[in-house]
Amino acid sequence: MTAEPTFHTRARASLADPQIRANFRNAMDGLMGKRTAAFEGWELEELRTLGAAVRQRALSQLPDLLEQLEANCERNGIRVHWARDGEEACKVITELCQQHQARHVIKGKSMVSEEMELNHHLAGAGIEALESDLGEYIVQLAEETPSHIIMPAIHKNTGEISDLMHAKTGTEPRRDVPYLTSAARQQLRTKFMQADVGISGVNFAVAATGTLCLVENEGNGRLTTTVPPVHIAVTGIEKVVGGLEDVAPLLALLTRSATGQHITTYFNMISGPRPEGHLDGPREVHLVLVDNGRSEIWQDDELLETLRCIRCGACMNHCPVYTRVGGHAYGTTYPGPIGKILMPHLQGLAQTQDLPSASSLCGACGEVCPVKIPIPQLLVRLRREAVDGDKLNPSVVRGHGVKRRRLEALVWRLWAWGHARPALYRFGLALAQRLRFLQPRRLGAWTRHRTAPVLASDSLHARMARRDGGSS
Amino acid sequence: MAKLYPAKPEKVYFFGTCLIDMFYPDAGMAGIRLLEREGIEVIYPQGQTCCGQPAYTSGYHDQSRQVAEAQLDLFPGDWPIVVPSGSCGGMMREHYPQLFAGTARAEQAQAVAERIWELTDFLLHVCQIRLQDLGEPMRVTLHTSCSARREMRVADAGPALLQQLDNVELVEPERATECCGFGGTFAVRHEQVSAAMVSDKVQALSATGAMAFATTDCGCLMNIDGHARKEQQPLSGEHIASFLWRRTHPAAEDSR
Amino acid sequence: MSAREQILGRLRQRKAAVPASEQPDFSVLTRRQWSAGERLDLFRQQIESVHGEVMRVPREDWLTPLVGWLQQREISTLLAPRQHEVGQTLRAGWTAATGNKGPELRAYDRPIEAWKPELFSEVDAALTSTLGGIAETGSLVLWPDADQPRLMSLVPPIHIAVLDADRIYSNWLELLREQDWAAGMPANALLISGPSKTADIEQTLAYGVHGPAELLVLVRQ
Repeated sequence: MTAEPTFHTRARASLADPQIRANFRNAMDGLMGKRTAAFEGWELEELRTLGAAVRQRALSQLPDLLEQLEANCERNGIRVHWARDGEEACKVITELCQQHQARHVIKGKSMVSEEMELNHHLAGAGIEALESDLGEYIVQLAEETPSHIIMPAIHKNTGEISDLMHAKTGTEPRRDVPYLTSAARQQLRTKFMQADVGISGVNFAVAATGTLCLVENEGNGRLTTTVPPVHIAVTGIEKVVGGLEDVAPLLALLTRSATGQHITTYFNMISGPRPEGHLDGPREVHLVLVDNGRSEIWQDDELLETLRCIRCGACMNHCPVYTRVGGHAYGTTYPGPIGKILMPHLQGLAQTQDLPSASSLCGACGEVCPVKIPIPQLLVRLRREAVDGDKLNPSVVRGHGVKRRRLEALVWRLWAWGHARPALYRFGLALAQRLRFLQPRRLGAWTRHRTAPVLASDSLHARMARRDGGSS
Repeated sequence: MAKLYPAKPEKVYFFGTCLIDMFYPDAGMAGIRLLEREGIEVIYPQGQTCCGQPAYTSGYHDQSRQVAEAQLDLFPGDWPIVVPSGSCGGMMREHYPQLFAGTARAEQAQAVAERIWELTDFLLHVCQIRLQDLGEPMRVTLHTSCSARREMRVADAGPALLQQLDNVELVEPERATECCGFGGTFAVRHEQVSAAMVSDKVQALSATGAMAFATTDCGCLMNIDGHARKEQQPLSGEHIASFLWRRTHPAAEDSR
Repeated sequence: MSAREQILGRLRQRKAAVPASEQPDFSVLTRRQWSAGERLDLFRQQIESVHGEVMRVPREDWLTPLVGWLQQREISTLLAPRQHEVGQTLRAGWTAATGNKGPELRAYDRPIEAWKPELFSEVDAALTSTLGGIAETGSLVLWPDADQPRLMSLVPPIHIAVLDADRIYSNWLELLREQDWAAGMPANALLISGPSKTADIEQTLAYGVHGPAELLVLVRQ
């Protein structure tokens, strides 16, 4: 029996795979450069402040906005459903499909549907769900999961994709991106025409007008939400914003942060099904609002900031850990820095205990986050929760305390005891420095990759004490 | 928001940091001497130990608070507190207020936090130091710590100081803003990832053609220099304070 | 208890109010203003940077250059609106402008269900009007309706959009304020900025993955 793979084992495997390393490094370098270029001429700090303020304001009015969104969607003819968790959301969607005797579902990109493993549930009910975003399509053909929230197939290069499409769809084995793209277009067009239901995500849900906004480049999102007779949009409850004006800064931030585009090819605003007398568009539009842990995160002022996320992926593009291990190493729906602060809430800390520590706290993620989520600070918070490390601020996250180990806690208590007593600290240090010839040359993980730091013969304390004549 | 710099004070407190105390006291002495040469009296409180960061980033906030609390009374005068580290400076300036929020020490922690300065920033912008290079021509590269860059926001100071040295050619490495992979306990908890990061960093620094690098933080120094030695790369580093002092003080090598 | 009641109940039970944000200050967006000439230039520059094509045409006679473009590409069928002014103008002058040499004009005159395979495979290009343009992002604004359904700008391989130069706004925020979108949204509103594209295969751009591979904007002046 082999143990369940952990972040450590998966990360080690990625690090040892030069192809994965190169695919991610090249992609992330490109994305970082494009983002920088896209914000040229902008007052980026001001824009990020605005983005954060708009998202924070929406979260501060969350229950009101959700009710308003529901009322306005219903008024526009969009049926609204609520789901406490992924399981329930899958059930709602499966039932809607069954009501329409749906056999074929076509999907636009939706991370929340990945979160709740919707395709798996639909398959269980005999409904085929086909991903239509090219990256998602490739990932589905490979029977994998996305390795990046914006570019799901970023871990594969053209050769790998060409081989995959050849094996699974019978395309010619040509490493030719336009050819592969047009082959996928042909394959998917038939599917669009056959589909009974289209399922999409939502980037922003506008409460004041009952509008669902979708951001995309390919047009598959528009086809998904227009061609089949039924459109089901699924989204986390945190995606709601007050009015259309609030979308303007978020849209400006989202596409530039994600891929360095000033805007995506399509910005699709849906406020209702096909009106009487119109010739296309779905006859029915449904919106499924999924909680799945979000209302829990929302109870805590600090953790709530996690919910400001607009899913741009800039935190992963700039993360030195993600760049090296890739998205699959995390083993979670959302990888990278945002995954590290979101997944512990969705799955509990017991399932995700290696994630909060898998960061050097370099701060690159927080620096680029378009809505100023203090990701490093939240990582520290989750580390604290994982060891129940603060008596003044009791832990609240599911599975808290899971990483607390007696020995480690004792080491920290001893460390604190020694460092809170200056005389003892100085004595201990002087003693260690006197006995430094005994210093071990090998310090476990540290010295497998580095030489051991050498204790100085004399501390700064001692030198300054001598110089200042013993005064303090 | 533009930072407001005060006029050069008469005195400062110096918080040397535990890494410097244990492993790199020369860097601490260099920082103190640079400040003194600017006509500032440096007060070194003998009661100082550690800022509390190792426990803080490991999640042990009770223990971090206990150690941090022991530092709060060390700075009774209203002088700036200069720290030769972006990381420890960041801990004290950015995290003390939250660590002590709701405790009897909250106000004091806030007041201390507001007086924290990172050394290179302080030398450049408060002391308005002018450095006279006395060394031989050489090429050097710089690694600014992530905390100096992103928490203390002083990434401009290191290069500006090095550029004052006439005989020093400062070369920027590729991906200068990327982390070296230290991250405290991260380096041991996530050994392989950290090793991959420091290996790339050593490669990037070496690719500049410089044999020497300076850095604002001893954590990064220990990591990068340690890896270069382990891999027997001809790259060696030192704290930027040591480098600046060595370059600008006659016979600095034996001026203990 | 229903999911709705339980979710809203949990949200309503919060111990204290969520910390309010700073009052959002939109000036970082609204101060980005350009003159009419700059707006046209910027629009053109932006849309060309994403593989779109801009053709400036005289308001009085935009059919001649359009037909020239179509005939040069040997387009055989063009889908065009019937009611909208651009459709009427085009239909009125079509025979004269094309000299009966094509392309053949088609209309989206049936529900999609009645001609899905035809629309998907037999129409080469579609022409639509626009409600305006956005200089900052090189975007076209479309509100599809019964005369110009949603799929016109999406399914045929070429999309031709008619834009009046005096309807190019600096940015989307300005446009939605001036056109008072908050007063009521259509069932579908779109910003279109270039042809359909993807970079999902190793970050290599490819056009026309699901929507049109070409976008031509006729800017009427």
